[in-house]
Amino acid sequence: MVRPKNDVLQGTLALLVLKSLAKGPMHGYGITLHIQMLSKDVLRVEEGSLYPALHRMAQDGWIKAEWGTSENNRRARYYNLTVAGRKQLAEEEKSWARLTQAVAHVLQYA
Amino acid sequence: MSWFSRLRGTWRRDKLDNDLDEELRSHIEMRVADNISAGMSPRDARYDAQKRFGNSTLLKEDTRETDIIGWLDTVAGDFRYAVRILRKNPGFTLIAIFTLALGIGCNTGFFSVVNGVLLNPLPYRHPEELVTLGESKPNFTNGSISYPNFVDWQKDNHVFLSMAIGRDYGFTLTGLGDAEQVVAKLISSDYFSVLGANPLIGRTFAPGEDKIGAAPIVLISAGLWKRKFASSPDALGKSLILDGKSYTLVGVIPEVFDLYRSAHPTDVYVPIGQWNHPGLNVRGAGLGIHGVARFKPGVTMEQARADMERVTANLAAMYPDWDQGIGANLIAFKRALLGDVQPLLLVLLGAVGFVLLIACFNVASLMLARSTGRTREFAVRVALGAGRGRLIRQLLTESTLLALVGGGLGLIVAHWTTRAALKMLPADMPRAADIHLDSHVLVFTGAISLLAGILFGLVPALKSSDLFLSDTLKQSGRGSSGSRHRAQSIFVVLEMAMAVVLLVGAGLMARTLSRLWDIQPGFDPHNVLTFSVSLPASMSEASPDATRASYRAVGDKFGSVPGVEAVSASWGAVPLGPDDEQLFWLDNQLKPSSEHDMNWTISYVVEPDYLKVMRIPLARGRFFTAADNEHSPRVAVIDEVFAHKFFGNTDPLGRHITFQQGEVRTEIIGVVPHVKQWGLDSDDAQQLRAEVYVPFMQLPDPAMKLAASGTAVMVRSDGSNAGLFDSLRLANRQLSAEQVIYGAQTMEQIISASLSARRFSMILLAVFAALALILSSVGIYGVISYLVGQRTHEIGVRIALGARRLDVLNLILSQGAKLALLGIVIGVAASLALTRLMARMLYGVSSSDPLTFVGVALVLGLVTLAACYIPTRRAMRVDPIVALRCE
Repeated sequence: MVRPKNDVLQGTLALLVLKSLAKGPMHGYGITLHIQMLSKDVLRVEEGSLYPALHRMAQDGWIKAEWGTSENNRRARYYNLTVAGRKQLAEEEKSWARLTQAVAHVLQYA
Repeated sequence: MSWFSRLRGTWRRDKLDNDLDEELRSHIEMRVADNISAGMSPRDARYDAQKRFGNSTLLKEDTRETDIIGWLDTVAGDFRYAVRILRKNPGFTLIAIFTLALGIGCNTGFFSVVNGVLLNPLPYRHPEELVTLGESKPNFTNGSISYPNFVDWQKDNHVFLSMAIGRDYGFTLTGLGDAEQVVAKLISSDYFSVLGANPLIGRTFAPGEDKIGAAPIVLISAGLWKRKFASSPDALGKSLILDGKSYTLVGVIPEVFDLYRSAHPTDVYVPIGQWNHPGLNVRGAGLGIHGVARFKPGVTMEQARADMERVTANLAAMYPDWDQGIGANLIAFKRALLGDVQPLLLVLLGAVGFVLLIACFNVASLMLARSTGRTREFAVRVALGAGRGRLIRQLLTESTLLALVGGGLGLIVAHWTTRAALKMLPADMPRAADIHLDSHVLVFTGAISLLAGILFGLVPALKSSDLFLSDTLKQSGRGSSGSRHRAQSIFVVLEMAMAVVLLVGAGLMARTLSRLWDIQPGFDPHNVLTFSVSLPASMSEASPDATRASYRAVGDKFGSVPGVEAVSASWGAVPLGPDDEQLFWLDNQLKPSSEHDMNWTISYVVEPDYLKVMRIPLARGRFFTAADNEHSPRVAVIDEVFAHKFFGNTDPLGRHITFQQGEVRTEIIGVVPHVKQWGLDSDDAQQLRAEVYVPFMQLPDPAMKLAASGTAVMVRSDGSNAGLFDSLRLANRQLSAEQVIYGAQTMEQIISASLSARRFSMILLAVFAALALILSSVGIYGVISYLVGQRTHEIGVRIALGARRLDVLNLILSQGAKLALLGIVIGVAASLALTRLMARMLYGVSSSDPLTFVGVALVLGLVTLAACYIPTRRAMRVDPIVALRCE
């Protein structure tokens, strides 16, 4: 399957999802919109990756899902961050910062 | 992911699926709504929303596979699909399952036999420390040990923890129901401690209890204990009457410790010192006594041999008259027990492995041919979003399913095979009692069938998934990768080659057997019955003359049984049976001072009608008559080998020889042709072949006293009395209720048994070769059919362009012929190398026998042509219009 070039980098999806949910419960579609908007259309979340990722995170206990009603009165599944999820988010943010710093360092001095 | 949430996931399988569906649907609806408000037409809006999801089924599968239940569900799906696919192609499925069942079944069945005989550990403690002992002497590599020598060996050696001897014997058991013959072993005290056996109850013999003159005691087998004493512990201390003498029962020995576990298990064990044989205390006597010994820890075979060489050299120096040239022969216990069977079984196991390989190749090539037909199906499934891994898994599921069903059926086949093999087994096959389908064998089958499944599932799976999607879809199934065809051809060539090897092996064995059957044993075995008779125990105290009178009565009685033409007692050797030898010197010699200067001859102690019984013609002179009895001058008849060896071209009639036993001068009165005492094939190669016949009634008195316990009898019948042995038994009972006859065997059975190992291997090899032939012709049929199917279009074009039917015939047949030829060439080369391994099993035919090789090549060639015939005919009948319009 051919993926668009600006698809979310493998491995960062979890971080972005967790961060998005840190602001409050969101449904899957909302998460894609949220990431696309905040990244100014640079990052796009593939639906084909998002749902398996959400499912996995739910099973790992980072997020919880429950049925709710959307802004337009549509039934939708909302995802909440759990305590474990918050810890995981902090971890992933730290390691992301380390990674970008390291890359920036290389770009600067190499 | 924790196992816990996986497990929890399994409970929520249905809910999960519904949740997921609904969640995705709501996602799509939201995107559609947004798209519409962004200005798209409702149709485009929905299309865009769905496109973003790509394949929603695949997505669902990806999402769900994180669940163990999802995984199981996929497997179940694969399984259901595989069953459906296999049921849709009953022809393919049946052939594949049939092929596998035969391959796996034969393999398991045969493995059970090999497992029982070769691989199962012996029931003795540390069997690797055990050796068998015999005396090596000029005429025998593994001869009998004399009792005095055994005592000295036991005392002088430094390498054995313990050493024991035993000798087979037969007693008449009386006083417990009907008189019956029991199989006995005369043993030294250490016998069971060497083997590491403990009695079930009671004790074994203590040191010294095996001495001559010790109190008579006896051990019995668990079998006899059950039969005669209902396994009651009260049996201890009771007395057993054996040959009229009372023995005190001191213990019961478990059945597994019966040393050779033959068709006639040992019933009683008696200390060897109880044997009233005058030769027991004679250092030079050969009384059929053999030994078994256990190494001290850490002692190697070489050390033991060296030490025994020292011991026997000392004895030879001390007793040159008896022990000159006598050494000790040591054989590792397991090897001694298995004898020559090991190479035979390994050859057959190899053959069976070939059949399994052929079966697997065949199924692989069937799968390949079929997966070609399914190319489009796979292409479509890939286009619909099936992952490569899923396709491989699907194919593997199909082949594993086939392998499991084939393996299951194979187990049933194996059950039959094992039973059939057991029936065909040579009666004297060692450890035959150990053969049954056991758990090892089950594991073996399981492993083989799984391996086979993966083996033949993998090749097509890898090839099938290696598809260029668009090409395949465009081609609409026409034409295909040459590599698949090549793999299939390689399979067929290898199958052919293996079939050649098996056919050659079977052919060589068949030629060997026919050569052996053509050999004249020197007598006519047809309608000759041998059995043993034992006189009542009271006779052991009788005078030699009374014994002679008894045997005359026995002979007359048996002679009067309806259907009996001639009767003879046989106290010495029996052709192809037990042997008996005598030392003698010629009349122009003085009595040699040592036995080494005397000559050996095989001796037959028989009655006047013996030649009639055996239908041995008389070459010169005369045979005995009833007048050659205990009161007349001693006479003997020799065979032609004896005459040639000792008298060269001079006339032996009227010459004299003197037997060491009894030192009686004996006149040679006749010459008869040689009888193959040592077996049809091996007699020619033996050192000791001279044969002498002496009258039973002229046995020296001490020997006649021994014969009072019993002798062998040979009877020729006219074949009219079907229940001959029963009639003889009845006649025997009329003489005395305490007199037993037993161990009946026809001479034909004895000859047949001497060939049984070879016949067994020939039958099995022939069965395997036939299997291989069938399977590989199915294989080549498959390939050629596949080729014809692939080239229908091409053939149609050729015919349309003017090719004749004959050209088409050539085109297709040459393909098959090429494969067959290559297979035959490789097979012949492999056979030349492999049949050398079975050279020892052959007789009168070389392992590269040209007739067999050419015959096999011809048979295989013809079978190939036959297998190619049907697809070729189909090719010749291709209608160009139909073939072209089909595209």
